[in-house]
Amino acid sequence: MSDFLRDYLIVGLFGVVAFGLVATFIGLASFIRPDRPTAEKLENYESGVDPVGSGWSQSQIRYYIFALLFVMFDVEAVFIFPWATRLEAYGMFGLIEMMIFIFILALGLAYAWRKGVLRWV
Amino acid sequence: MISMLLAAEFAWWQTTAFKLVMAIVAVLIPAGTTVYLYLFKMVSFMQSRLGPMEAGPYGSMQLLAELGKNLQKEDIFPLKADRAVFALAPYVVLMSTFLLAVVIPFGPDAAFTNIDVGVYLALAVSSVSVIGILMAGWASASKYSLLGGLRAAGQLIAYELPLILAVVGVVIQAGTLNLQGIIAAQNQQEIFGWGAIGNPYILTQFVGFMIFMIAVQAELTQVPFDMPIAESELVSGYMTEYSGFRFLMFFIGEFATANIFAFLASVLFLGGWSVPPFVTDLLGIAWDSNWMNFIGPLVMLTKMLLLTFIIYWVRFTYPRFREDQLQKFAWKFLIPLSLLNIFATGVLKVVF
Repeated sequence: MSDFLRDYLIVGLFGVVAFGLVATFIGLASFIRPDRPTAEKLENYESGVDPVGSGWSQSQIRYYIFALLFVMFDVEAVFIFPWATRLEAYGMFGLIEMMIFIFILALGLAYAWRKGVLRWV
Repeated sequence: MISMLLAAEFAWWQTTAFKLVMAIVAVLIPAGTTVYLYLFKMVSFMQSRLGPMEAGPYGSMQLLAELGKNLQKEDIFPLKADRAVFALAPYVVLMSTFLLAVVIPFGPDAAFTNIDVGVYLALAVSSVSVIGILMAGWASASKYSLLGGLRAAGQLIAYELPLILAVVGVVIQAGTLNLQGIIAAQNQQEIFGWGAIGNPYILTQFVGFMIFMIAVQAELTQVPFDMPIAESELVSGYMTEYSGFRFLMFFIGEFATANIFAFLASVLFLGGWSVPPFVTDLLGIAWDSNWMNFIGPLVMLTKMLLLTFIIYWVRFTYPRFREDQLQKFAWKFLIPLSLLNIFATGVLKVVF
């Protein structure tokens, strides 16, 4: 296997190690921890009173809009990194191209701003 | 003896096994150190109290006591919770920490991997923790947890962008995404012809550094940005329903990630494991000589402790942001500022 693939194999192995570490500790704890469930104990916490309705309650739609905005800018980041590494070679041409790209994206943010999407009330 | 050790050849599985053991050391030991030094002791002194004093000299064994305490605690699954997802969430959070650690170099050869797109990988896997937190918040089937999870997701994605965009300035200056390359660039470049201290990017990318540290503070949900876990209103948010060791895993994940981000910041802005060129000139060794494999980790640890000190200092000094202020700060101030920073860095790079 090439060094290139081996480096990424180590990334995968790190994930496995993290998984194993948590599993080991929780498994270890299962030998010594008590296990006496009662109905009250298994109830969800809601400031000490009995929970009302379902825990999966409705929430703000605003989070969804912020997620959409995030996707827009995250895709931008994917494009901007290769450009940033090679800027020295591109020179003025690359700089102006990227400025146009960033300007269009900033326009999107300005539009969202003007529309009041960024307001949180 | 040292030269004999260095000359020895090891098989790939041997070095990998060693790396995996060192991974646990590199994640857990700094986390324990900073939690004891800063979270237990420094905050106590800032609040005119002594902090833990009973376990060991000056309470230095307190962490082991906490570990023992949490090992003995009952593992409670709420009856309404989504059991599988609820159980899996701490794994995902800690996994994100370990995947982040994989790119950090501690010396010219003392690195877990030498991936060409190191910065990119680090920024990508740092958002894996969002999934873990959202899983925890949703699976608990509790109103506090759901609210905390959603707030955390909203905050983490909002501050992910300044974090990424702040790094672009560094990448423009270094011309590479490889972390070893970025360290080399900082060591070899000069500031207007003066190269005695190299070019640590904290000097030329100060705006980027500030944005990065603020975004890190928010990514870790540390205090000025702790709306998602706000104890006084959401009772620890997405962690409300967790107990015992699963809770401790979130805790470890949070503080270990603080260290890894501090390591990353010290690589990107403070020159990583390298020491300023005038020091290596004085000692008469090359800047990436074999000695740096031994000095490097200590240099990294020093820089990490310095940066985590700032993180905890801010954490225990400022009051909490409101949710709308927090989002406004990210979208209306940090992101335009970091775009401007990219623009300015690009222009200066092309002009000079």
